[in-house]
Amino acid sequence: MENSVRRRVGLRAESVMELFVYLSGWSAILFVFGIFFFIVREGAPFLVHELDLGEFFSSPNWRPDSEVRQQFGIYALLAGTLSVTALAMLLSVPLGLGAAIYISEFCDGVTKESLKIVLELLAAIPSVVWGFIGYMVMNPIIIWATGAPVGVNVLNGGIILALMSVPIIVSVGEDALKAVPDSFREAAVALGATRWQLIYRVLLPAARNGLLAAVLLGVGRAIGETMAVLMATGHSVQIPSGILDPVRTLTATIAAELGETVEGESHYQALFVIGTVLMLIAMAVNITADLVVKGIRSEERS
Amino acid sequence: MISPHRLHLTPIAVLVGLSTSGCGGAGDEGGHAPESPAESNIIRVTGSDTMVNLAQAWAEDYQGDHPEISIQVAGGGSGVGIAGLIDGIVDMANASRKMKSTELKRAEQALGMSAVEHVVGLDALAVYVHKDNPLESIAIPELAEIYGEGGETTLWAQIGGSSAACSRDEIVRISRQNNSGTYVYFRRAVLGAGREYKLGSIDQSGSKDVVALVSKTPCAIGYSGMAYATPEVKSLPVAAEKGAEAITPTTETAASGDYPISRPLLIYTAGEPTGAIRDYLDWIYSPAGQRIVAEIGYVPIKAVE
Repeated sequence: MENSVRRRVGLRAESVMELFVYLSGWSAILFVFGIFFFIVREGAPFLVHELDLGEFFSSPNWRPDSEVRQQFGIYALLAGTLSVTALAMLLSVPLGLGAAIYISEFCDGVTKESLKIVLELLAAIPSVVWGFIGYMVMNPIIIWATGAPVGVNVLNGGIILALMSVPIIVSVGEDALKAVPDSFREAAVALGATRWQLIYRVLLPAARNGLLAAVLLGVGRAIGETMAVLMATGHSVQIPSGILDPVRTLTATIAAELGETVEGESHYQALFVIGTVLMLIAMAVNITADLVVKGIRSEERS
Repeated sequence: MISPHRLHLTPIAVLVGLSTSGCGGAGDEGGHAPESPAESNIIRVTGSDTMVNLAQAWAEDYQGDHPEISIQVAGGGSGVGIAGLIDGIVDMANASRKMKSTELKRAEQALGMSAVEHVVGLDALAVYVHKDNPLESIAIPELAEIYGEGGETTLWAQIGGSSAACSRDEIVRISRQNNSGTYVYFRRAVLGAGREYKLGSIDQSGSKDVVALVSKTPCAIGYSGMAYATPEVKSLPVAAEKGAEAITPTTETAASGDYPISRPLLIYTAGEPTGAIRDYLDWIYSPAGQRIVAEIGYVPIKAVE
């Protein structure tokens, strides 16, 4: 009797939990589509009626508030986002993966724990603080070191973004390396592999999906970051000719200008079109990653 | 700049100030008096970054005497305050530029009454360079050639401002984001009607940020309210024309109109204000309120006794 009641309650609890987990899974999809729908809807009237897509993507002139002639060209902003992100990745991927390999394979005990704690601290610094460091500390240093006329530029933003992406790349990358079974390492060592051969020939190929995920999460962080790049890149509409030129990114433009726009006017809608472009970039990055990972898997199978 | 006797204020002066109407605005009320949210004793003030220090000082002082009133002050830029007024989420919009005709039209449609302008002070827009810059003065046409689209001035040597600290001699233009009233005012007053800014300037979000960046950048030039001057930057005397006498921005030269780039500091309300907002605005025009304008470093609109 008692047993059957307990069993019934247990079954009830199980079905409730099942429903909860099911809903949680679907809610993620719902939220993503909901946000995408909202952003596209806000920008849609402008996209359909006013926007010249050719001008939008090929003109560097972003003058949404001009009294003479409004111009909505995001070419310079795209160039800004891409240049800062590319530089950040160039710096953070080797550094992040190197740190992940060191933490996972070369150290243990107190060193390992303290390194992980410090990296977590690095990840906990708010982006406004990073921006402030870029603005007040890095700016004079870059002027002094490079002779550039101003130190808030692609280099500054790239370094700041790299420092912000490194903790993510390290922690995800370290998990991926940790997931490689010890039998792989033992087998490699038994065959007489040096440490370098073990890492380069065994661990990196075995963990490449996880490492790729680490890098892409880092890219996502870099593209989506707003406050720090707003302060560190100089917020200047121009196509950079080198890493010492100030630029402006897509995210910073939205952050800086959305507050003054009135709902429904073309400037407001144009900013939402930029938001759509950002969503599409993020989607492209994710889909590419997915395809690359799948490509690696099918290669392994054949 | 402020003589000590100005700082002594008797309660009577405050009362006198309160009883006088401080109407500085044009435009009719557009129908019956609005039921303003001021009845709830919360006054929401948003807008011009130039005026945010002033608005905060006003609010603190006023709340000290009127504990029943709560005044919420936020910056963000003139455009942000005006957009908030149109959307009905702001009671008083601080602005360092006049509302555009499109904005006035939208306000009329959204609020059912016109936005009313109140001039509460004057500000001289100072031109800042790094303290090591040897330049002694600058003329408006020179500024226009530096900042304006198609302008040819890109090197400090062209206007005699080269210094060892700025090794590449390139002029770094520091400007404001386009939600700033200062940005809009500078465009009209310095570049002239119909001329746009040259792209590629470094656009800062606040008045203070412009001065901070100029102080750290030997090649830089920037513009910001004169109240934001610090010892690390040099505020250049400005001449209206090349060869004309260059005027140092001070409260006196701004008030007399000798300084060529000074502008009114404005507060916009939805219709003629009533209730708590009216009282607050009257107090701003009183000697107590105008004394704070001078203390912050701007020019009072009414002579402070």
